[in-house]
Amino acid sequence: MDKYLDRLGIYAARLVSQKEYFVPGHRACQGCAEALAVRLMSKASRTNTVIACATGCIEIFSSPFPLTSWMVPGIHVAFENTAAVASGIESGLKAIMRKGRIPLKKINVVGIAGDGGTSDIGLQALSGALERGHNMVYVCFDNEAYMNTGIQRSSSTPFGASTTTSPAGKVVPGQTTWKKNMPEIAAAHDIPYVATACPSYPFDLMEKVRKAAEIEGPAYIHILSVCPTGWRLPPELSIHAGRLAVETGVFPLYEVERGRYKLSIDLPELRPVQEYFRIQGRFRHLTEEMVNKIQRRVREEYEKLKKKVMMTREG
Amino acid sequence: MAKPENEITWKDLNVGFVVDEPGNASVYRTGDWRSQRPLYNRERCIRCGTCYIYCPDMAIKILEDGYIEHDLYYCKGCGICVQECPTGAITMVEEEEKDGD
Amino acid sequence: MATRVGMEVSIAAAEAVKQANADVIAAYPITPQTHIVEHLSELVNNGELDAEFVPVESEHSAMSVCVGSSAAGARAFTCTSSQGLALMSEIVYAAASLRLPILMILANRSLNSPLSIWNDHSDVMSIRDCGWIQVFAENGQEVYDHVFIGFRVAEDRNVLNPFMINIDGFILTHVIEPVELLEQEVVDRYLPPYQPLYRLHPDSPVSIGCFGPPVLFTEAKKAQNEAFCKTMPYIIKAWQEFGDLTGRYYHPIETYRTEEAQTILITQGSLGETASIAIDMMREKGEPVGLVKIRLWRPFPFEEFRKAVRGAELVVVMDRAVSYGGPGGPLAGEIRSALYPQEDHPRVVNFIIGLGGRDVSPEDFVQMAQRAKATPGQWYEIYGVRE
Repeated sequence: MDKYLDRLGIYAARLVSQKEYFVPGHRACQGCAEALAVRLMSKASRTNTVIACATGCIEIFSSPFPLTSWMVPGIHVAFENTAAVASGIESGLKAIMRKGRIPLKKINVVGIAGDGGTSDIGLQALSGALERGHNMVYVCFDNEAYMNTGIQRSSSTPFGASTTTSPAGKVVPGQTTWKKNMPEIAAAHDIPYVATACPSYPFDLMEKVRKAAEIEGPAYIHILSVCPTGWRLPPELSIHAGRLAVETGVFPLYEVERGRYKLSIDLPELRPVQEYFRIQGRFRHLTEEMVNKIQRRVREEYEKLKKKVMMTREG
Repeated sequence: MAKPENEITWKDLNVGFVVDEPGNASVYRTGDWRSQRPLYNRERCIRCGTCYIYCPDMAIKILEDGYIEHDLYYCKGCGICVQECPTGAITMVEEEEKDGD
Repeated sequence: MATRVGMEVSIAAAEAVKQANADVIAAYPITPQTHIVEHLSELVNNGELDAEFVPVESEHSAMSVCVGSSAAGARAFTCTSSQGLALMSEIVYAAASLRLPILMILANRSLNSPLSIWNDHSDVMSIRDCGWIQVFAENGQEVYDHVFIGFRVAEDRNVLNPFMINIDGFILTHVIEPVELLEQEVVDRYLPPYQPLYRLHPDSPVSIGCFGPPVLFTEAKKAQNEAFCKTMPYIIKAWQEFGDLTGRYYHPIETYRTEEAQTILITQGSLGETASIAIDMMREKGEPVGLVKIRLWRPFPFEEFRKAVRGAELVVVMDRAVSYGGPGGPLAGEIRSALYPQEDHPRVVNFIIGLGGRDVSPEDFVQMAQRAKATPGQWYEIYGVRE
């Protein structure tokens, strides 16, 4: 895989507007790919957007009173209710526009939360919102643990990863469960659009956000957001690590548009997962046996995904 | 809010603790966090904008001529631009070192 | 002309929400709140009320939807009971801190365990300090009227605070009572459309609900408390103006035959009507007793309360919730605090009654008054319990 494939040519970045809707002065850690993902998402959703943000890293680093990094309006209420708050914003705007109290205008309502706020504590509210069919985008910024509270495991933490509540111990070698497949859970709600993305592929990410915003009805985007602090890797390797997650098949990029699966980058051959693990402290303790077990699982899951693409292909 | 936060009184606060100055976090200097800083070599730059698009801190500006400039007020010194530059036009140097330009 | 019709109190409440032209209704079913939301969804689905009815998957989300829609500038309504309130309580607090003028009807029901769908006040007492304006309604008319009053107060630029109407589950929600319905024109005159101070809209971007560092958190709480304490005159003004329009005047504290009363009973909610029958019975026998009903629970009307019980030797407080290991019931604790600054304060006796739907008759009130009078000291007991 060419690392510049995403760019449709190396100069693609020059084509992107320099306008920022999420401004510097935010307090994310050095090399935080989540902050980058928020920046890219904001570039894509642009000005006519209202954000509902969950408690977590993003809320803390973007808006410590009296400062805010947001150029677009936003609200933070709690940890587990982002999808419900976003549904409320959408319903409220819809009602008062219909009743003529504010001018009719297309406004993107975007709910954002981390993996804990999405796949653990916020799952119920999210499921409700997706099922009710609100015209909103929900973006999960998945850094694979509760980073804001100090790197505790979530249901999105991958098998084997060492966190502060799934430490690599003498008996139990880190996380003992497989990562919850949140995009598939979202897709099972039969919503019009589900996608995975990673800021290592910025144009793909922005395109998916644009698409999600345009589509009528609920859309879900799951963004792998490398956390140098929690994953124990040097901050400069954030983008590289995200790329490896995709190229090893650990985190495939795909879309599910009206039930049809489509790989965003089709990898004829997956790189060994060890290449991805090697650079991260959270996987340092993995035995060869564990790596092989994960490798098998990654291949199987990737094949499963490819089958879904085949099965849902048009015509 | 023009006042430093330790001088803000309860009477200064908006109803519901609302912040009504979008993007006012840009006053906050994150450049202080840096221990190393990027050193840019214009000669090696092919003006692709890769560093710009990957910067999590919006600390790289693309100039009119396509070359770039780091904004050291915000640059936290993460080194992503160094890592991702396809031509090696950016390197990290210790903060106290002179960069020579 | 206003029309007087017999209708179930829940239906009257829903009709009021319709007349108040709510924009968003978010609710999750829980007994005994259900009739209110059922009727509202009917009104929406029949095109009689132009609103978004959001059938959420939990009460937590009900309040979250209200918060989101209210912040977007919509008039938002929800109602719940008991466990539902407990589940949503996190967001109940947030709604107040964010100063969003949401209206909630709480069909009071006891909290688990044991499971009980019946009425007491343990639900509302669990969120006493949540920062909502809280009133208790005594009958169907008061419930209906307070939907308009609630929105009017909550949305007042001088207030901007959520408003909660407590109505006793089943005892009020499920009974048919005569209710005088207002002409739409009167409602519209009393309740103008909601004009938010801030709204979530790209035309004027605001950040709501920022992270409050220790250097500012105390200031935020002080600002909230100051604003909340200053709502009292606007609540009283809204009641006054409502009375001028309808002839029905409400007050923070309602009194019944308290003139020259040496003993005063204190109630909240629908038990006030039963207690007033007991007062009549005792007055007939020449006993100097009266009744004080606490309508406004938060902000607590300290001055009005002290005035209402002035001259009494004995105050008998009827609580409908237990404060385990505390000073008795939560209402009695409040009453003692209110009376403490008075040099010559009356003796306070506290009965905890009507838990989980236990009936309280006028005779019970008579008996409690007599026992309180006969047994010296400041004490409390859970009344009517089998030993």
